[in-house]
Amino acid sequence: MLDIHDYYHKMQNKDIVLAYKGNVSGDLFNCILQLAENKLDKIELSPKLKKKVFNILVEILQNIYHHFDEIQVDSEEYQTILFMLTREGEGGYNIVTGNHVAADKVAGLKKRIDDINAMSTEELKSVYRERLNNGDVSEKGGAGLGIIDIVRKSGDKLVYDFKSVNTNYSFFSLQVRVSA
Amino acid sequence: MENFYLESTPKTPRLSFNNDNGIFEISGRSIPENSIEFYKPLLDWLDQYVKEPKKETLLIVKLEYFNTSSSKCLVEIFRKLEKAQKDSKQIAIKWYYDEEDEDMQESGEDFKEIIKIPIEMLVLKEEE
Repeated sequence: MLDIHDYYHKMQNKDIVLAYKGNVSGDLFNCILQLAENKLDKIELSPKLKKKVFNILVEILQNIYHHFDEIQVDSEEYQTILFMLTREGEGGYNIVTGNHVAADKVAGLKKRIDDINAMSTEELKSVYRERLNNGDVSEKGGAGLGIIDIVRKSGDKLVYDFKSVNTNYSFFSLQVRVSA
Repeated sequence: MENFYLESTPKTPRLSFNNDNGIFEISGRSIPENSIEFYKPLLDWLDQYVKEPKKETLLIVKLEYFNTSSSKCLVEIFRKLEKAQKDSKQIAIKWYYDEEDEDMQESGEDFKEIIKIPIEMLVLKEEE
């Protein structure tokens, strides 16, 4: 089980490239992406790894953004997200996000991640291609490919946790490792 | 019919679709939040183009990054061109990727698998 607050302290010894906690809008997402890219440009020498991390970052943040309207605008607290990009000693990266999701979406999201986590590289490839070929695109541009793409590119399973906040919301923690 | 041209932005690619010579190019990065909105005008333009396509059409794809919602739009673009292919017109796609960029190479392979247009995979040279 992953406790983001606990995680935050654990990560202090490691290199925090970028950390953000706050409200998000389309513009802010752009700023975070731009900041992350500038920082990666400065610290990451491998263009390949830089590209991979940035690509996954885009997908993770846009995933949150696309599902944001499921959160009612009743409290600023529920619209606040936590985002962290850290560098590991061995040269890999960790992308960590924490955000609220509607309680009734938890079971579905959990199942989707578990299903994808259970797939082999070959299965991921064929499911991705099948969905790319047939899947529909939601009005906001979600293609149901995001999570598969993240796992395919990172080469690692997603580490996640849901913590019930109240009857309406759960807190969704996600950690994606990108190895060097 | 006018050519379709759009300059690149930090989040959207340069689109250069030349109706006179049938040479199309998508280059840069494609990571808009709403890809459908971004690609809609191009898809509409292609609907017109495939009614009277050139004898030969070449689509060059030189993308640095693209998000998954853009990949759905790329499929849409390729599908439109598949239609032109049925009228015994020649369509070809050139997919460029950085030698080191396995993800972009893999993406090209993904499209190759599901699109019925010959996709040539090419390694990007420095000067390109």
